[in-house]
Formats: sequence, C-alpha cells, structure tokens
Amino acid sequence: MNDWIAVARLDEIPRLGARKIVTDTVEIALFRNSNDQVFAIRDRCPHKGGPLSQGIVYGTSVSCPLHNWRIDLASGEAMGPDQGCVTTYPVKVEQGRIYLSTVVDQTAVGSDAGSR
Amino acid sequence: MIREKLVMVGNGMAGVRAIEELLKLEPEMYRISVFGAEPHPNYNRIMLSPVLAGEKKVDEIILNSREWYAEQGIDLYTGDPVVEIDRINRRVKSASGVSLDYDRLLLATGSNPFIIPVPGAHLPGVIGFRDIQDVEAMLEASRAYSKAVVIGGGLLGLEAANGLMKNGMQVTVVHLMDILMERQLDKPAAELLKASLEANGLRFLMQAQTAAVLGEERVTGVQFADGSSVEADLVVMAVGIRPNMALGQKAGLYCERGIVVNDTMQTYDPRIYAVGECVQHRGNCYGLVAPLFEQARVCANHLARLGYGRYEGSVTSTKLKVTGIDLFSAGMFNEQDEDETLVLQDPAQGVYKKLVIRDNRIKGAVMYGDTLDGSWYFQLMREGTDISGFRNTILFGQHDLGDAGHGDGTRLLSLPDDAEICGCNGVCKGEIVNAITSKGLFTLDEVRAHTKASASCGSCTGLVESLLASTVGEGYSEAPSKKPLCGCTGHSHDEVIGVIRDLKLKSMPAVREVLNWKTPDGCASCRPALNYYLLANWPGEYRDDAQSRFINERAHGNIQKDGTYSVVPRMFGGLCTPGELRAIADVAEKFRVPEIKVTGGQRIDLFGVKKEDLPSVWKDLSAAGFVSGHAYGKALRTVKTCAGKTWCRFGTQNSTGLGVKLETLTWGSWMPHKFKMAVSGCPRNCAEATIKDFGVVCVDSGYELHIGGNGGIKVRITDLLCKVGSEEEVLEYSAAFIQLYREEAHYLERTAPWVERVGLNYIKARLLEDETGRRALYDRFRHSQQFFQDDPWKARAEGAEAHEFTPLQIAGLASNLS
Ligand code: SRM
Ligand SMILES: Cc1cc2nc3c(=O)[nH]c(=O)nc-3n(C[C@H](O)[C@H](O)[C@H](O)COP(=O)(O)OP(=O)(O)OC[C@H]3O[C@@H](n4cnc5c(N)ncnc54)[C@H](O)[C@@H]3O)c2cc1C
Ligand code: SF4
Ligand code: FES
Repeated sequence: MNDWIAVARLDEIPRLGARKIVTDTVEIALFRNSNDQVFAIRDRCPHKGGPLSQGIVYGTSVSCPLHNWRIDLASGEAMGPDQGCVTTYPVKVEQGRIYLSTVVDQTAVGSDAGSR
Repeated sequence: MIREKLVMVGNGMAGVRAIEELLKLEPEMYRISVFGAEPHPNYNRIMLSPVLAGEKKVDEIILNSREWYAEQGIDLYTGDPVVEIDRINRRVKSASGVSLDYDRLLLATGSNPFIIPVPGAHLPGVIGFRDIQDVEAMLEASRAYSKAVVIGGGLLGLEAANGLMKNGMQVTVVHLMDILMERQLDKPAAELLKASLEANGLRFLMQAQTAAVLGEERVTGVQFADGSSVEADLVVMAVGIRPNMALGQKAGLYCERGIVVNDTMQTYDPRIYAVGECVQHRGNCYGLVAPLFEQARVCANHLARLGYGRYEGSVTSTKLKVTGIDLFSAGMFNEQDEDETLVLQDPAQGVYKKLVIRDNRIKGAVMYGDTLDGSWYFQLMREGTDISGFRNTILFGQHDLGDAGHGDGTRLLSLPDDAEICGCNGVCKGEIVNAITSKGLFTLDEVRAHTKASASCGSCTGLVESLLASTVGEGYSEAPSKKPLCGCTGHSHDEVIGVIRDLKLKSMPAVREVLNWKTPDGCASCRPALNYYLLANWPGEYRDDAQSRFINERAHGNIQKDGTYSVVPRMFGGLCTPGELRAIADVAEKFRVPEIKVTGGQRIDLFGVKKEDLPSVWKDLSAAGFVSGHAYGKALRTVKTCAGKTWCRFGTQNSTGLGVKLETLTWGSWMPHKFKMAVSGCPRNCAEATIKDFGVVCVDSGYELHIGGNGGIKVRITDLLCKVGSEEEVLEYSAAFIQLYREEAHYLERTAPWVERVGLNYIKARLLEDETGRRALYDRFRHSQQFFQDDPWKARAEGAEAHEFTPLQIAGLASNLS
C-alpha cells in the first residue's frame, strides 16, 4: 500500500537538475533527467555523505559533487568499481505534479550505510 | 533482430581487446565466436617473463576467464586453430572440423618466434619464448638441467635469460652485435646494462654468430661461425618475431611483411579486419601492446559502424622488465647529423640519460639507472613540445621542480610496498602494483578507477605511470596520439573546439549531434567542457547552462565537506577600506559565520555559510560594494600585489595600482582553468609574480611580463614573455594572453601545461611578432568582458536561480522515511 504525498511541480526542478526536500528526519534529493523522468534518493552519498542533489545529472545517474562517485538514480547503487548504495524512494508524476511515497522499498534500505 | 556473425581468429591480447572495446560500444550487434590455437583463455603475454622468473603464477595472468566469455555470450573454441578461410562463402574451418559462417572476420593471429634455420634447430630442447607452453618447457628444463644458452640479447632474450637464471640455471646470452638491445639502447647505456647483468651472474658472448645447434637426441651445445662452441642443455631462440600471416596469405589476402591493413584496420577484403602483431600498417609492424590496443580501439569503432576512428601509427617506448634494472628508451635515440644531444652521465651512481633533440623537440630518449622522468620525456616527444624554455634543466627531470606531497622519496623501485603514492586517497605502492597485475590493468584511467590513485589532485600521476610502466613493461599506455575528450566521444579537445568555431555551433545538442556523441546528455566531464567552449566562443549569444557546471560554479561558492559553502569577496589588488572590513565583520556576525580566514590570495574567506543563506549574505556584501571573488571558479581569481613604489623603499613602479587595474580589466572572465596574476614592485618579487599564470615584475625601466607559472601541485616558474614600457601595454598584453589561452587551451588545462604543450615560441609569435593579431585578441577579450563583468552574486541576491538555494520544505513528511 502506497501513501503518495505531493511534493513539487515537475517544472520546479530544472531539467538535468535536482531539488532538495527537507523533511523532519531526512533530506531527500529529487532529480529530473533529460527525459523528464523523476527520481528520489536520500541526499547522502554512500562514500562520505556528500550532498548528491548538488551533483551533475546525466542519463539516469548523478556524479557526487565531492569526489565524483557516480550513483545510479533508479537503484541507488554506486556505479563502476565503487561500492555502496543509497536509499531510493518511490516517486510518480501525474499531471505535472510529483508524488513521493512514504513507503520505502524495503529491499533498498539497510544497505544505506551512510559512509563506509 | 538477427545479429550479424563476427568470428575472431587468435585468442590473444590484441584481438580480445578489440572485442572488449566493441562490447562497450555495441554489446548487442554481433553474435561473436572466438578461435584460439592455445588451450588457454586470453592471458597477459607480457607477464610471461615474471612467470618464468617465479614472480607470478600462470593463473594470476589470465585476463579473461572462461566465465567472462560465457557472460558475454561469446562462443569460445580453445586449442582449436582455424586452418582455412573460405572468402567466397564467408566461412572458416578449424583443425577439429568446426565450420562457421561469418559476416565480419577479425584476424589477430599474433606472431611466431623466429627460429634461425641452422642445422640442429629442430632438436628437442630448442625453443622460442612466446607462450605458456614455452615457459612450462623452460621451467621443466631448469629442474632437470643446468646449462642454458639464450640466443639474442634483445628485450625478450634478456628477460628469458634473467628468468632462467632465477631458476638456478647457468645462463649464457649469445648476441650477434656488440651492443645489447641495440634497437632500444645506445652504446653507453648498453654497457651499463651489461655490467649490471654480469654482476647478477649472466654471461655474455658478444658478436657471436650461431652456426649450428649441436646434439643427437637433445641439444648439447651451440657452435659459432668462428668454430668455437658452448655447452647447453636448453637453447632459447629470442632473435625476433615474424608476423603470423600464413592463414591470411593462404586465403589470398594481400600481405607484405604482415597482413596489410588501412587506417580503419580493414584488410583488402572489406569484410575482414585484422589487428595486432600479424598486421602491417603504413609499412610498420608493431610488437608491443600499446599500439596494438590503439589498433583494437579503432577496429572496434568500425565494427560498431561508428566510422570515425582512425589509426595513424604509434610512437613506442620501451622498458625492460628485469627486477632491479631501471631502463627506458623511446624514439630515435641514435643521433643523426643534424641532431643535438643532451647527456647526463654519473658513473658512480650508475645513471645515464640521453635526449636526442632536433629543432628544440625531443626525438628520442635513452635512460639508465633513473627512469622516473621517462614518461614525461615520452609525452613531450609524442606531443612535439618545444623545449627551448626549459632545455637547460630538462635532464634533471620534471620532479626537480617539485612534486607537492612527495618530497624527495620518489625513487620508485626502491620504495617499499607500503610507501604512500597517492597522498589524497592514501593509496600505497603495493596496492597499486597488486591491482595492476591481478586485475590486468593497462592504462592510467583503469588504475584510477580501481585504486583511486591519481584520481584526485593528480600530483602522483607521474609516479603511477612509472609504476604501470615498470609493472607491465612498455605496454602501459595506450599511446593515444589524440586523446578523446571523455568516454562519450572519440573526438579530442582540439577537434571539438575546431568544430564549434568552424561550423558555428552554438548549443550543446548541436555539438553532440554533429560529432556523434555516444550519450544523449554527455557526462560530468564533457558537459562543463562544452559549456565553457560555447561560452568562450559565443559571448553574448550562448546562454550559460547552469546544470552543466560543477556545483561550485553553479552556487558561486566552494562546497565544503559538510555541504556548507565558503564566500570570498573580491578585494581588488588586495586593497580594502575600513568600511569594507566593517561590512565583512557585520555579515560574519549576522550570519554566524563559523570561521574567517585570510586566504593565500590576499583576501578574506568566510567559511561554513549555509546554502540557503548565500543570497542574503551576498545581498549585504553587494550593498557594501563587493563583487564575487570567483574563488570557486575556472575564472580569473586573484591579482596579488606588493606594497610598491607608494610605500616601499625599493619600489620602482606603482605595483598596487597596476594590480587593481589588471583585476578591474579581467575580473569575471571564465577561463579553461583558474587564472591567477600578481604584480611585484621590484625584482625582490614579494607578490610571487613568477609562479603566476600571468606575472608582472616591475623594474626601473618598465615592466617584465611573465607567463605560465604555477605554484600548486607542480611548481612551475614562469617564462619571460617580454618587457614593456607602460601600464597600457601591460594591460593590453595581459588581456591578449588571456584571450589566446581562453580560445585555445583545453578545458581544465592551466597555463603551465598549456604553455609547455604549445611552446613559448608559439605564444611569442602570436603576441609579440603579430601586432595586429595581439590587438585583435585584446579586442575580442574586451568584447567578451561586456557580457561577463556582471556580478553573479548580485543577480542571485536579486532572485536569479532562486530554486538553487531554496529547498522544498515538506513539514510532517512522515518519520518513517528515515
Ligand atoms: C582558500 C584558499 C586557501 C587559503 O585559505 O589560503 C584555497 C582553497 C582551496 N584551494 Fe587553493 N586556495 C587558495 C590559494 C591557493 C594558492 C595560492 C595563491 O593563489 O597564491 C595556490 C597555489 C598557486 C597556484 O594556484 O598556482 C592554490 C593551489 C590550489 C590547487 C592546485 C592548483 C594547481 O594548478 O596545481 C588546487 C586544486 C585544483 O585547482 O584543482 C586548489 C584548490 C583549492 C580548493 C578549491 C579545493 C576544493 O576543490 O575544494 C580549496 C577550497 C577551500 C574552500 O572551500 O574555500 N588550490 N590555492 C586560497 C584562496 C585564495 C583566494 O583568495 O582565492
Ligand atoms: C615473453 C614476452 C614478454 C613481452 N613483454 C612485453 C612488454 O613488456 N610490453 C609489451 O608491450 N609487449 C610485450 N610483449 C609483446 C606482447 O605480448 C605482444 O605484442 C602481444 O601479445 C601481441 O598481441 P597479439 O594479439 O597480436 O598476439 P598474441 O597475443 O600472440 O595472440 C595471438 C594468438 O593467436 C593464436 N593463433 C595464431 N594462429 C591462429 C589460428 N590460425 N587460429 C587460432 N588461433 C591462432 C596464437 O596462438 C595466439 O594465442 C612480450 C611478449 C612476450 C612473448
Ligand atoms: S585548502 Fe588547498 S591545500 Fe588546503 S586542504 Fe584544501 S585544497 Fe588542500
Ligand atoms: S562523498 Fe560522494 S564521492 Fe565522496
């Protein structure tokens, strides 16, 4: 069962960019790529906690602004030889509005070690 | 979709590399089958020498396991050579009777060791040094017998001799010439090499021509043309290799010394490609992996139907993989009449270095005993760099100018395994060497990806390259004659710059379209580069793309490790007023700035500002008259000044005032990399002008202009450009220099490496000899400054890009999100 919450309009995120969502407990990075796909992941790089929302977005990945780890936005996994994973959250776009779910995909959690 | 059929013959280093490159480009295009004559999957042939010497085991040198082939969906036939190519029906047949059709065929059959056709050459106990089987035969012989003769004092022969000696055999090296490794070494270096190998226990018979191999059932000795002979239980022939083109020849492909291919690696039959040692390209056959890998990349490009790669031949360099011996050679190391040579000889330390120079460019290098700078010389040679500016120190090497963070301890071979090579990421020598051998790495990029060494500030790049060279021999670099801008394209920086200018391309999608970019959005490397090139070429027309800038430039502050930012307002020439200081103090208090520091660039840094606060901080600073200091940007940074004539008893000119004028002229301009200036009032040089990108040293009679300095990772002292008589000239020359750099340097190339790449003479020709050209550069700079001298801080304080600085606040978004 998903509990969708409207968090932003699609046009509030620049294409190939991100916005940070501040909640009571965590910070979430909301990304929009060149095909207007939207992704939500925790705003904390698995390497040393860099703010992923500040990175450069391309394809379906983001490069961390601190040391350039590349994170897959869909799975939250670090790509290439780097290893680590960050929590992803379900999102959907309907009529130009972005909805975020509070029900976290359980398979993706747990591996978000924060830092190594 | 029905896949086309690709058959590859010769399961060795070049062929499999081509397949790997192809799979990166087009994983789905072909159904691939591979035939190999040897019973093994692809292994690192280079490492046979360490295997023989007992430093490695066979299973440690496998590059692609059988599982790899299976995962890629490749049908692998090992121990089964192809014996026939039927070009009419496009079919190959193997020794065991397998028959396969192909749409494309790739030949990579390598080469065979040359066995001198003397009586007895067929006897058991006479072998070449080419594959695992040869090594196994040698190891077996070393257990049963004691005397070995190696015929051939070249690279391969010496590595074989060294290995056999390590296995306890008594080894004699027989060489036809009076110089060892005559294709790589000159006489003095060869003498040093011979002396140290003799000290290790090898024996040499020089100028000895083999006449016969003696023996009945097995070899017992070798006889020479002069009638003398030596005893031998094992004879290794290492006198050269012959491209293995028999299969191609039988199929009627055009062959000379090897299978002839064009610049796309295609043979005379357009369906058949060939790479590796079996190939002859523009008259050359190569026997080292670096050029072969370059061939493989080009071949893959065409197999993937991309159609733009071209192989134009390679310059190669050599290192001998005998532990404890440090030797490097590249290019034409034997001077001809019109050449000059630079030589450094220190017999006591066993060091010899020679550079062959023509027209101030390196043509060749031989080094013995100290080869740390080999990769630097090699790079200067490949790029045809004009060395006139540093000719008098070049033999002392690049490290002589200082390699921050490595001190003196850079003699590589003598370093212990736990010596830290990469100071940024804490990577030790042992870790790097281990990754290179166990993961089969050949390039700097691969080492960076796997170990992180040299992946940050890059100051250890030379050390990592040397480690690569000494670990894998000369095969280490891909010797790219032109390096692609990034993984998204095969085009170099210069090609991209040229196309943007010539075809008047004014947007990123247009560049990617025209140059066939492989990725739709580019990547974190090429987007910032393209954004800069477009901005620099079309001031006022191209609209800056914020999403293609690194966060520092997007947020106009330096991101800190905790995600906050630093704010550095510009202080022109380092001058400030009490009012300005008060304004900074007020801002610091109002926004609770945790730390204030005077920077190395004569201004004040406010550390730890929250991103949300940035626009308000800037608003207050703007109100006090400050503009952004661009301390975060690939842009004009600081202009340092000294006290100068106004106060200092030695000052010759108004250095402070001139610094302010320079900064007023140039602030706000985007550059390929950061750009720093300084003006010193006299040759005491308190503003350190001679390690700046552009430095002015005032003298009584005018102004000395210095360019291309760098005080960072690799200290580089400036070159003197010229002396001028007035402040107006200083301003004009500086702007013209900056504009030339802005238009022609590669993105992320500072002036120091740029000046070294294009040569001081080139810059003098553009700025000093061509007066109209200089004036035009100056005018173009002024034109572009109209658009860039507006303060990004002010704009953002007034609301530009507001989304960048305001997070979305979702109160009450439930706590189960954590
Ligand atoms: C603030 C400052 C240190 C200080 O407190 O003094 C500083 C701070 C940084 N320097 Fe620097 N450099 C500072 C003066 C220097 C100087 C001295 C100078 O300019 O006279 C040098 C050597 C001179 C030179 O550049 O030739 C210097 C050579 C570097 C380098 C190496 C550059 C090189 O080409 O070798 C880097 C790394 C880079 O650029 O890739 C670097 C990078 C950095 C970065 C941006 C690292 C980063 O990427 O985050 C640091 C940002 C810290 C921050 O958050 O603000 N910094 N840095 C100085 C700012 C000066 C200013 O007012 O703008
Ligand atoms: C001991 C040693 C040390 C070396 N050291 C260095 C070094 O330090 N640095 C360096 O750059 N280079 C070095 N080399 C050279 C380097 O190994 C070669 O340049 C490289 O392996 C050539 O690659 P290739 O694919 O063209 O040929 P190979 O790697 O020889 O591969 C060709 C393969 O094709 C197979 N084959 C041939 N005919 C057929 C057929 N009809 N059907 C099926 N298969 C067939 C062969 O059995 C072989 O396995 C060294 C070589 C040796 C032997
Ligand atoms: S300020 Fe400069 S020297 Fe100091 S840690 Fe940062 S990059 Fe290194
Ligand atoms: S914190 Fe993201 S790469 Fe280091």
